[in-house]
Amino acid sequence: MDAQVATHEHAHPGPALYLRVAVILFVMTALEVLAFEVSHRPSMPLHELVQPLLNEILIILSAAKFALVAMFYMHLKQDSKIFSGLFVFPLIIAAVLIVALLLLFSYLRLLHPAA
Amino acid sequence: MAHDTAHALHPPTATGLDTRKLAIWTFIGSECLFFATLISNYLVYKGESLVGPLPHETSQCMLHGQMTTCEPIFEIPLVTFGTAVLLFSSFFVVLALNGAQQGNRKKLIGWLSATVVCGLFFIGMQVYEFYHFYHKGLGYTTNLFGSSFYTLTGFHGTHVTLGVIWLATMLVLAIRGKVPPEKSLNLEIAALYWHFVDVVWIVIFPVVYLMR
Amino acid sequence: MSTIAMGHAGAEAAPAEKKGLWSWITTVDHKRIGILYGVTAFLFFLLGGLEALLIRWQLGAPDKTFLSPEAYNQLFTMHGTTMIFLGVMPLSAMFFNYFIPLLIGARDVAFPRLNAYSYWVFLFGGLVLNSSFLFNAAPDMGWFAYANLTSKQFSPGLNVDFWIIGLQILGIASLAAAVNFFVTIINLRAPGMKMMRMPMFVWMSLITQVLLLLAFPIITVALVLLMLDRSFGTHFFVPSGGGDPVLWQHLFWLFGHPEVYILILPAFGVVSEILPVFSRKPLFGYAAMVFSGCFIAFLGFGVWSHHMFSTGMGPMADTVFSLGTMLIAIPTGVKIFNWIGTVWGGSIQYKTPMYFALGFVAMFIIGGLSGVMHASPPADLQQTDSYFIVAHFHYVLFGGSIFALTAGAYYWFPKMTGRMLSESLGKVHFWLMFLGFNLTFAPMHILGLNGMPRRVYTYSAGMGFEFWNAVETAGSLILGFSFLIFIWNILKSLKSGEVATADPWHGATLEWSIPSPPQEWNFAVEPTVDGRDPLWELRRARGGTLPEPARVSGKGIHLPSPSYWPIVTAFGTALTLVGFLMHVTLWVILLGVAITMLGIFSWAFEPADH
Ligand code: HEM
Ligand SMILES: [Cu+2]
Repeated sequence: MDAQVATHEHAHPGPALYLRVAVILFVMTALEVLAFEVSHRPSMPLHELVQPLLNEILIILSAAKFALVAMFYMHLKQDSKIFSGLFVFPLIIAAVLIVALLLLFSYLRLLHPAA
Repeated sequence: MAHDTAHALHPPTATGLDTRKLAIWTFIGSECLFFATLISNYLVYKGESLVGPLPHETSQCMLHGQMTTCEPIFEIPLVTFGTAVLLFSSFFVVLALNGAQQGNRKKLIGWLSATVVCGLFFIGMQVYEFYHFYHKGLGYTTNLFGSSFYTLTGFHGTHVTLGVIWLATMLVLAIRGKVPPEKSLNLEIAALYWHFVDVVWIVIFPVVYLMR
Repeated sequence: MSTIAMGHAGAEAAPAEKKGLWSWITTVDHKRIGILYGVTAFLFFLLGGLEALLIRWQLGAPDKTFLSPEAYNQLFTMHGTTMIFLGVMPLSAMFFNYFIPLLIGARDVAFPRLNAYSYWVFLFGGLVLNSSFLFNAAPDMGWFAYANLTSKQFSPGLNVDFWIIGLQILGIASLAAAVNFFVTIINLRAPGMKMMRMPMFVWMSLITQVLLLLAFPIITVALVLLMLDRSFGTHFFVPSGGGDPVLWQHLFWLFGHPEVYILILPAFGVVSEILPVFSRKPLFGYAAMVFSGCFIAFLGFGVWSHHMFSTGMGPMADTVFSLGTMLIAIPTGVKIFNWIGTVWGGSIQYKTPMYFALGFVAMFIIGGLSGVMHASPPADLQQTDSYFIVAHFHYVLFGGSIFALTAGAYYWFPKMTGRMLSESLGKVHFWLMFLGFNLTFAPMHILGLNGMPRRVYTYSAGMGFEFWNAVETAGSLILGFSFLIFIWNILKSLKSGEVATADPWHGATLEWSIPSPPQEWNFAVEPTVDGRDPLWELRRARGGTLPEPARVSGKGIHLPSPSYWPIVTAFGTALTLVGFLMHVTLWVILLGVAITMLGIFSWAFEPADH
């Protein structure tokens, strides 16, 4: 991360791109809620398919939304890689923290003879 | 805003990056761990409440001093609407920044006002939600679900509030003509914070309201 | 060739130094803030040391009643909390403040007023924590405050609340400072100082800031949850409401293990500066030093549960955390071998800083080895909560951090004050400290393995604990006495010590290219660097001698103006949190928030330069 004197000229992508991102974000949010509704109502189509996969679907959609905002609205796509590093590294530690605690408080306990 | 940097006295910086922008990104990185811990706390205690009310299920709970059956707490339409509003506020602030960089004051002030209004709406939505949930029987200390839910979303709401104050300050400056293109970085930094608050909600919304 | 201004600048009369209390309250100069950190932290360190001596006096013989069990609990809790948060951390912060800008060739830190804010918040946090003594409510549940001992039910007094609020305030100071130093190191390096040319102290400081940034938010949340349990009646850590006390342990050690690296990495950095200078050899394995530091920090986030083997996490978790912990010994070993490699074959200068730095290496090896011992769960179940653990962490914290920080104090005192510390007193200090330290802590290994539990206020005669306890208490008195010599040395040298030249040790780094003490602007001409040891390269190029740099008038050098808004904002911050201490007093909180807001806005709109 050395003095690669960042020559990012401020060619910010224009409002048209931002609008496209906003629409995609909106649609994805709608899909999240739709998946929720489908998985909670046996009468809805695709219920059998969505119901067991709800959490996975939500994680993928929310990660995609997160990435879109970070890349386009927070400009990480064109900005210096240092900024991306400053965001991604803590996010990795944060994810490890959440997953580790969930494992410690659920799955790993089951392996314990005394539990 | 005034430059609180020694680097203003000794340009350019070693990386070529603006010092204050580097600082806000550093701060955002740190905040990731703050919210990760709160989210862990919510998830570890998910399903561990001893009494109702519960997020998605009807349950036995104490209301007005007697055990009754409580409805599920969450009402998805309202919070979905709030979520959409917060998402669009991120879009608006990008447009405002675009206006500031082009020296287009009308665009700057217009979109920035829209952002602030969206932020205020989101806070209003949350206050209403808390009030409503409380009357459905979910007090702060009723059960682990209530405590961890209010703590997590409350801290997010506090961040939204600080963001609104920051952006409103920028709006006042913009109206007074103090956000010219060469100072648009001041708005960019505030906007970065605002987007961060938005992405945190992008995580909280499915994790808290939708997941099983 | 490095361009470092030496001696050319016309020797114009230096402007009058700013003097008086007000100039210290409003200062934004990183060097003055460094001195404030150093003096404050040293006073807290002495307080923590006094607490330790009281503990040792109580344990000097069996069945003593010198301290009540209650007082004993308060003393060991305050001793640990003080040493970690008010001693070692801010002593490291003194070096960050004073030397990071000098070592990277900058005029100040990135945000000078934020730097002042950090100091004042730290000071207020330390005062709030220690004011608990005035209410006879000092924290008394151990420095890691395990639930459910901390619940309202078992700790009804204000003791725990003082601890929560004190640490919360100190955490804000640490986080603000961490952002500041991180940005300073990344962005304010002088031209030519690439990342892989930075002095090792700067590297280790950078890694420390990353740890602070990522670990402190975790304890912040944990403390908030604990406060909510105590003041608002939630049940996060209270089993009767479904909460799990073990979650507190996880959150605490998720912070706590990175915290031990926060305590030791700056010390690693200091020693890595001193050993090369007094061996007249460049640091051995520079790149390996950098990467092992990064590796330690990264792994440091994955081993926290080695503090919790006795909670019964199950074979799977035990295995993972045990292996991770043992893995950390590898990069630690890399560092130790590199230090030895640095000294090996050098032409060693037997000066006091070198004594302490070598003492550090030896003592830290012992502490590191006992650490690897309790990385093994079955061994740890025997050792945990015994004096063996106390021995381990004192070998790494005192034998490690304190020896290294003392080495740094002897090394950099001339730069900070313009006076040399006495070498003869320094060596007496070293030998007494070395002897006292080992007499105090080595026998704890034996006592621990023989079953003496930690945190118990006395022991009965006939258990076989008498002899070594008596030795330890005697050793602790020697240790305490060695610090009296240090203080005497400081006071005497400040008054009449030998006047220090700019470069008394023939150092390798930029701080030695400017007068001792440096002038307000540090570098009259911005240096450029093209190697890892810029001053040695310059010295070689000039045939072995360097001219004494002249003091210059500094006319036309732009400096940030003094400001009182940092202290105002810091006061508001501390007041807000104190409002949560006193049974949640709303008006105090609101007043605190109002003052903070006023401070922030005035600060943001204050012109920064004169
Ligand atoms: C080779 C490196 C190290 C290893 C393998 C190691 C391992 C451990 C383990 C397994 C424990 C838990 C023991 C127990 O409570 O049963 C422990 C405790 C401790 N360690 Fe280390 N350690 C190392 C280095 C350090 C360093 C560098 C520091 C600080 C500068 C440190 C400070 C502490 C402290 C303060 C405790 C005690 C916490 C308490 O009060 O329980 N350790 N260490
Ligand atoms: Cu540890």
